Amino acid sequence: MSPDPVRDPVRFVDERTASAPLLRKVLRYLFPDHWSFLLGEVVLYSFILLIATGIYLALFFDPSTAKTVYHGPYRPLDGQTMSAAYKSVLDISFTYKAGLLIRQTHHWAADVFFASIVLHLMRVFFTGAFRKPRELTWIIGLLMLFIALPEGFVGYSLADDLLSGIGLAIAYGVALSIPIIGGPLALAIWGAPFPGKDVFWSRMYIAHVFVLPIVIGTLIVVHLALVAARHHTQFRESRRTTQRRLVGVPLFPGQTPRSLALMLGVFGLLFLLGGLVQINPIWQWGPFEPYLGTNGAQPDWYLGWLIGALRLMPSFDVTIGHFTLIPNPFWGGALFPLLLLSFLAAFPWIERRLAKDHSDHNLADRPRDAPTRTAFGVAFLTWVFLIFVFGSADRLFVLFGLSYNLLLYVFRIGLWVVPVVLFFVVRRLCRELQQADHIEEIQEAAEAEVEREYAAAPTRSGA
Amino acid sequence: MRRLRRWLVAFGALLFGWLLRRKPDDERERDPIVAEGSPERGAENLVLVLLGIAILFAAGFIVTYAEYGVGRMPNELLGICLGGCLLFIAAALAVVAKRLVVTEELEDEYPQPHEQEQEEVAKIVRESGSRLTRKRLLLGAGAAAGGALGLALLTPAASLGPVWYTAPLDRSPWRRGTRLVDENERPYLADDIEGGSFYTAFPEHANKEDLGSSIVVVRLNPGGLQLPPDRASWAPQGIIAYSKICTHAGCSIALYRKPTFPVLEPHDAFVCPCHYSTFDPARAGAVIYGPAGRPLPQLPLLIDDAGMLRAGGNFSGPVGPSWWGVRDSKAD
Repeated sequence: MSPDPVRDPVRFVDERTASAPLLRKVLRYLFPDHWSFLLGEVVLYSFILLIATGIYLALFFDPSTAKTVYHGPYRPLDGQTMSAAYKSVLDISFTYKAGLLIRQTHHWAADVFFASIVLHLMRVFFTGAFRKPRELTWIIGLLMLFIALPEGFVGYSLADDLLSGIGLAIAYGVALSIPIIGGPLALAIWGAPFPGKDVFWSRMYIAHVFVLPIVIGTLIVVHLALVAARHHTQFRESRRTTQRRLVGVPLFPGQTPRSLALMLGVFGLLFLLGGLVQINPIWQWGPFEPYLGTNGAQPDWYLGWLIGALRLMPSFDVTIGHFTLIPNPFWGGALFPLLLLSFLAAFPWIERRLAKDHSDHNLADRPRDAPTRTAFGVAFLTWVFLIFVFGSADRLFVLFGLSYNLLLYVFRIGLWVVPVVLFFVVRRLCRELQQADHIEEIQEAAEAEVEREYAAAPTRSGA
Repeated sequence: MRRLRRWLVAFGALLFGWLLRRKPDDERERDPIVAEGSPERGAENLVLVLLGIAILFAAGFIVTYAEYGVGRMPNELLGICLGGCLLFIAAALAVVAKRLVVTEELEDEYPQPHEQEQEEVAKIVRESGSRLTRKRLLLGAGAAAGGALGLALLTPAASLGPVWYTAPLDRSPWRRGTRLVDENERPYLADDIEGGSFYTAFPEHANKEDLGSSIVVVRLNPGGLQLPPDRASWAPQGIIAYSKICTHAGCSIALYRKPTFPVLEPHDAFVCPCHYSTFDPARAGAVIYGPAGRPLPQLPLLIDDAGMLRAGGNFSGPVGPSWWGVRDSKAD
């Protein structure tokens, strides 16, 4: 037989792995054609770039708190005593060629990673794609988000600049506040009272570059395997798409160039951001000491809702006599995110019970198709968003001169009022849209009827 | 002659057979899996141009990297080169996706529950235990062994830190007589402390990074102080000191607020910039605003014969954020 550059490698692989039937299936795996289904892919590509840039950074980063004196191209810090960790991040930024590009791209990729997770989560929520048979995919996605939060936090904490130190102090305060186990737990993590033993830095480092990425990577694989096993949901775009039958573009050749274009597009955009838009200029903050602080300290955006909760929470500790049992940071810093995660994880079952709907759903809802869910989702998001916005209330004061105190009370009330109002407004809006659709359908049907009669008329007269 | 005829017949038969041979390649082409589309040379040219530009950008990145020295790297140019290269390849792929690849819309079935297999799996599991008479006991013992092993494997984690022992959280480097020094170990004189300003001090010869080390020192009007009776002597000449670490979440009290609106803000106040807990230095560090639950621990001060500031003892309470069971006042 003559050599064939395509068939021969396929034969080689199949004869050794017996995988031709699987390959045949995978190549023709179908993707429903809708832009909103690409949001999850953006998460995946940001993660890939995080791993790639992260490996590069790990070649130069030194996770050590050993004191050293900085001498380098960044003059304002010349001669200053600082940790080896902070110095190595300065070196990545100024001494190693292209280091700053990689570092900033890494940071931007983390921010885009979280942004696309949140958008993807919203898409899945508002189309009801979390419903049976995809509840496990939903829960694994949520777990990923909540494991990625400490991953991102530890990532920017490792730099040991003033901002990251302030963040770690708060994390220590929240860890201490956990009922019963808080004290020993915080001491176990930090190895000693804050700022902790030197070994705390290697603990953060191994968590950031090994443990948490492996957990997230594994969850991504399981998440994608579950998606593939059940196939994507799809919108009812034609009569061909039904509960039992999906219509889509095959992985190869149709989907492959699209996904690759999206991947390289995401990479390209992130490198542009890393090159053109400054992010976390740690040399401006200076090294951290526990007795230093600064006004206007803000976390990365994906933790803004937690600082908002810490700031909004009224002064309330559980105490007995002169003893504090549950200190205040627990409410906003630990209980709030935990309740949020549990509630979202339980949501598919909550909706099943409330809607008395136990059937399978392969067809995605348009938001208007489920007015109550959509209204609730908008209200819930708004609630979290307002808490998030309050996290930067001190910046609102600086930018607009609005009193922090006034904002605090406005937000404490608005937080509950605005979502309730929005719930009713959005539900009404969805119902109106549904009705408009219905009227349009009737009109179209009537017009079609009239047209058919016109078309039929000449034959009748001619007869 | 006959032989020749035979040869000719045989040859003819072979030729006929060869002409009528099955053409597997042609047959495959006749029944394609991927739908056929018409060629588009324009799109192909566009892809070639885009890929060419991408190559130029990649070359630009390498040249930029090589040309510029340490500390003078044009980060923007590097980002534009690498990002541009990726975006032009992405654009080429987008053209491939839109114009050079057949758009197929295929159908597939969503997987349905496999009821027979479900039943069989359950049967296999159930029937596999036919030789076991005390299933529950064995399963229980297995679970117990697994749990015990898990506990044993987790035990070394106790080395991470003290178990059920929070005494380290109470420790502070301050003792009666410890001198107050500044960041450069220069001792503070009482006269160094001026009204309306705020000083950070540390215990002499101690680790400044310990949460219990840093204090804020201010000079207030002695007549305006409202301290508990047992702390009457803690603020000589109105010089008063508190832990610099916020009792809410452990940030440092980095702001000293002058009253801007005396009706609402009668005193100077310490403000933590993290969550805006605000403490009143004139009233024993009481919380006047924000989420903190405990007052700032106060450090008793003395002025020695040389006019230097010294600690008169330890803090009035544990320093830093609270934990389960922490006392809100009284120190060792």
